[in-house]
Amino acid sequence: MMRPQEIIGLVRLEVALDLRQKASWAGMLLYTVSAVYLCYLGVRGGLPLPTWNALFWTVLLFAAFNALARSFQREDTGRQIYLHTLVDPRNVVLARTLYNMAVMLVLSLLTLAVYVLMFGGGVLDEAEVGVFVLSVVLGGTGFATVLTLISAIAARAGNGMGLTAILGFPLVLPLLLSVMRASKLALDGMPWSITSTYLLWLVLIDVLALALAYLLFPYLWRD
Amino acid sequence: MSHWWKALGVVLLLGVVLVGLRTPLSPALVHVSEDKLAPGPVTIEVLAYNTHFSAKAPPQAWIENDGQRVCTDAVEVLADNSLKLSFSVPAGLRKDLSHLVVHDPKAGAITLYDAFWTGAKGNGIADAPCPSMNVQANTVEPFRFPHRSLLNESVRNLFFHVPMWFAMMVLMTISVVHSVRYLRSNDLVQDDGALGAAYVGLLFAVLGLVTGSIWARVTWGAWWTSDTKLNGAAVTTLIYCAYLVLRGSVPDERKAARLAAVYNIFAYVLMVVFLMILPRLSDSLHPGNGGNPAFSQYDLDERLRLVFYPAVLGWILLATWAYTLARRARRLQTLMHHAHDA
Repeated sequence: MMRPQEIIGLVRLEVALDLRQKASWAGMLLYTVSAVYLCYLGVRGGLPLPTWNALFWTVLLFAAFNALARSFQREDTGRQIYLHTLVDPRNVVLARTLYNMAVMLVLSLLTLAVYVLMFGGGVLDEAEVGVFVLSVVLGGTGFATVLTLISAIAARAGNGMGLTAILGFPLVLPLLLSVMRASKLALDGMPWSITSTYLLWLVLIDVLALALAYLLFPYLWRD
Repeated sequence: MSHWWKALGVVLLLGVVLVGLRTPLSPALVHVSEDKLAPGPVTIEVLAYNTHFSAKAPPQAWIENDGQRVCTDAVEVLADNSLKLSFSVPAGLRKDLSHLVVHDPKAGAITLYDAFWTGAKGNGIADAPCPSMNVQANTVEPFRFPHRSLLNESVRNLFFHVPMWFAMMVLMTISVVHSVRYLRSNDLVQDDGALGAAYVGLLFAVLGLVTGSIWARVTWGAWWTSDTKLNGAAVTTLIYCAYLVLRGSVPDERKAARLAAVYNIFAYVLMVVFLMILPRLSDSLHPGNGGNPAFSQYDLDERLRLVFYPAVLGWILLATWAYTLARRARRLQTLMHHAHDA
């Protein structure tokens, strides 16, 4: 059963746990900054618009894998049984997805900020900046909806990082294609009416992924 | 006789291979030496395919423009697939593009549509009746596949490439149905079905990629293009590779079955949605997308259809048979494993 209080409580628990482990946040941030810096060193100088866009999404995708793969890592058997006695597992996956979406929201904006800082925001001059930022945020949170269940599967299989990337990549790819297209259009200065189609598809995928995660997650917890 | 469908599949596929590979293509004109016609005399060399022109009974030829004909002054047969035609092109043709028609006594009328650019638009030409056509009506039209420019002989790949994907989708659906059943029943027999179907489905996906790649090389000039349909195919193949990796990385068989079932259902639903969305995201060279007509419209004529439908059914039956074998092999493996443990 979906109980809002239960979900809110679980999200709070996630926040509290993550705030306690500041190292993991710092690690995520450092990963992003190093990735952007590495790209900056490799490229040197101004990038044409399509490359700027593609490179940004590549960095954000790997940052997302890095951030989301750990979302079920701390679940040992004892903690899992304890949670199982307290709450409905479906609420756990909903709460975890919501929390991951929030994490990705922050992470994608941070990545964008660092990226613009290093590479310069020249391409943004002609762009529909609002639509572009929206597509970045929707893309980031979209990764969270698809990858949360995947990271749960990978964690249960006992091989978090590697498996998340293998299992998640083909499922994220179409989402990535559509959001890359949307952000490219926004950078080209296309109006909202054109870009919105791509973003609506994205929201549809998100809702679908969330619904599937809600239905399927209880089977992962049964032993 | 519960195995009749296996025999049916084999018979259908044997028929498809025989008819599909042995039926010749219709005669066609493939190349003309001139592509622009100005008023005045002109000599054109024509290269044809699958024709048997003979100097004893030379073919008739004319240029057709908006229903009006310009007849040849002379026809010279150079070889059984090549002609030299002389025309006196009059001024005043109505349309920009003209067709070339060659009427062979044996093969009938062969048309090269939009063969020439006949520039200046006029008000029509004087209708000069062509010399009497000694047209022998062909008693029986022989069974031939249509000749399509670019595709040429590779049109036969239609009976192999396209059914591979149909068969794959059927197997992936069988696989996901078994995965749902496994989650509901916890019966490992269902899991064997899901895994067997995924294995064979992946095999057909790879075959689809290979046949498609060869076809792309012939018609588009590249083994792989960044095309939405191709991306969809790549994603599908990657998903089922990932599915097998997931199974391999969990030692406990019930846990592996459960995790794989969850992933299978999740991936299948998302994949179906992607395959619907992807073509809408951008144009595609692939038939059936972005203004390229699929074979199913006027492109796929009834002669191709006659072989294509049995091919689809035959490949699906063969794939299903392969799946039942894979499932049984997997079942036996599991049983032997258990007997060994006990």
